[in-house]
Amino acid sequence: MRSDSAVRKAPPALAAAAVGGILFLHLPLALILLYAFSTEDASYQFPPPGLTLHWFAVAWERQDIWDALSLSLRVAATSTAIAMLLGSLAAAAMSRTRFFGRESISLLIILPIALPGILTGISLRSAFNLAGIPFSTWTIMLGHATFCIVMVYNNGVARFRRMPSSWIEASMDLGADGFQTFRHVVLPNLATSLLVGGMLAFALSFDEVIVTTFTAGQQTTLPIWMLSELVRPRQRPVTNVVAVFVIFVTFAPLVIAQLLARRAEGAAEGDLR
Amino acid sequence: MAAVMPVPARPRLGRMLSTALFLRPKLMLALLLLPPLLWLGVVYLGSMFALLAQSFFSIDEFTGQIQRTPTLRTYADLFRTAHLDIILRTAAMAAAVTFASAAVAFPIAYYMARYATGRAKTIFYLAVMLPLWSSYLVRVYAWKLILAKEGIVTWMAAELGAGGGLDALLSIPIIGGTALSVSYIGTFTVFVYIWLPFMILPIQAALERVPESMIEASADLGAPPHRTFRNVILPLAFPGVVAGSIFTFSLTLGDYIIPQIIGSSRLFLGQVVYIQQGTAGNIPLAAAFCVVPIVVMSIYLGVAKRLGAFDAL
Repeated sequence: MRSDSAVRKAPPALAAAAVGGILFLHLPLALILLYAFSTEDASYQFPPPGLTLHWFAVAWERQDIWDALSLSLRVAATSTAIAMLLGSLAAAAMSRTRFFGRESISLLIILPIALPGILTGISLRSAFNLAGIPFSTWTIMLGHATFCIVMVYNNGVARFRRMPSSWIEASMDLGADGFQTFRHVVLPNLATSLLVGGMLAFALSFDEVIVTTFTAGQQTTLPIWMLSELVRPRQRPVTNVVAVFVIFVTFAPLVIAQLLARRAEGAAEGDLR
Repeated sequence: MAAVMPVPARPRLGRMLSTALFLRPKLMLALLLLPPLLWLGVVYLGSMFALLAQSFFSIDEFTGQIQRTPTLRTYADLFRTAHLDIILRTAAMAAAVTFASAAVAFPIAYYMARYATGRAKTIFYLAVMLPLWSSYLVRVYAWKLILAKEGIVTWMAAELGAGGGLDALLSIPIIGGTALSVSYIGTFTVFVYIWLPFMILPIQAALERVPESMIEASADLGAPPHRTFRNVILPLAFPGVVAGSIFTFSLTLGDYIIPQIIGSSRLFLGQVVYIQQGTAGNIPLAAAFCVVPIVVMSIYLGVAKRLGAFDAL
């Protein structure tokens, strides 16, 4: 498109500001990695007085961390499944037809992540209280699924929009009924975008803390565990190790989702938002 | 055809159903939309309205019981000096964070849109996206390490012989404190850090859409690069900045975790909502406080729409 873009050189000040900004975004995470190996266990002393692998072993033995991790995974898996079902239904409905109230419905789907999470959280909490529903793993999942729908929906709508309607017509002309067309034409084309949406929903749920603090009773998800350690630190090095673990666990699916999205959509940058 | 492809009995029902749905697109649409709309309508909107309705209740100051008669007393309570201070403090922080994010984000977005190509562009894009999706708590936690009194900032200031400068910064009233991690400077830095990608992406998208021919035309008409930047690029990128500011402003208004972990004891709006609904048990006041960001953001979105921010999202 731009014939001269390959030869254009950025002014040094601009390049420095851009690279500096990116470093500002990433160096803090690198620092956590360093702290996970620190021998210091009572303060956040820098530079660390020594390096050790001891805390990884300590963290491995902690049952409360395993419990929190397992709850987080269960919550994320269930709410992702609900969100994938509801999100793809909504995407299928919204991408093909124009109807009265369409704009309001798309606003409704986006609202749970557009408004501050605290609003969603406190609304759900007071509604559960009013309805006399006890807080449990299910109330956490209910809240998570609500804001995960939009992730699947966004990716699904983008894909539906790119799928030519002539494919579906061709399939019908060749004698397939609606269900066969869905199974053999629509679903295979939708699969990667559903996968990407699902991964993002999973990452969102796995990391969610604000809504969870309101919808959880005594249950502790991994982010809730982190938060309680941040507010009242008990064993700082163990928190560092868990933080490093979380960084790696969330980066992997995100990179995969990115690569999948890029391969499938070319350079469609709008899909993930 | 029928002779070579006998239609089994079971799919015939499916075909009938499929044809029936195909002939009634409205029914099909309703069937598709019903489950997600039921979920969002009941779970989300239902509880949201239930909460907002409670803002018209009030709490009996003596018994602590919630009185379920419609009144505007709780809203009047919002305008007490102590509460008004919290609202203004939060709004001021949100504004400061928004301006700072725009200032830091612009060069990154500008470089990404106009200079980075091929691999470099992908790397930049991933570098901006990854923090957006990686753990919010872990990223906040990193700053607890960085800003701690015994942490890396203090160490670096001492190594560079700037320890006095850091102390001077911390001794500024209101925004200072005994350590960076318990000062407004700390809260502000973390807010900017956490929301920065939300500002970079819309600005970059807006800059990508500035046609090269316009910049060339400006140069052909004799404008030096800085004038082209000010009179052509900046006005076209502005809707992107406004779009990004929607996120930075709204997210700062509602956040209660960052000021709780890094910041002074003076409360922000989100913290008050959290305390009022929890330990204080004053749901009506918490609900009334929730209305504040909704109203502020509605006005903000109205202005943003006029400035063309929605086309830049």
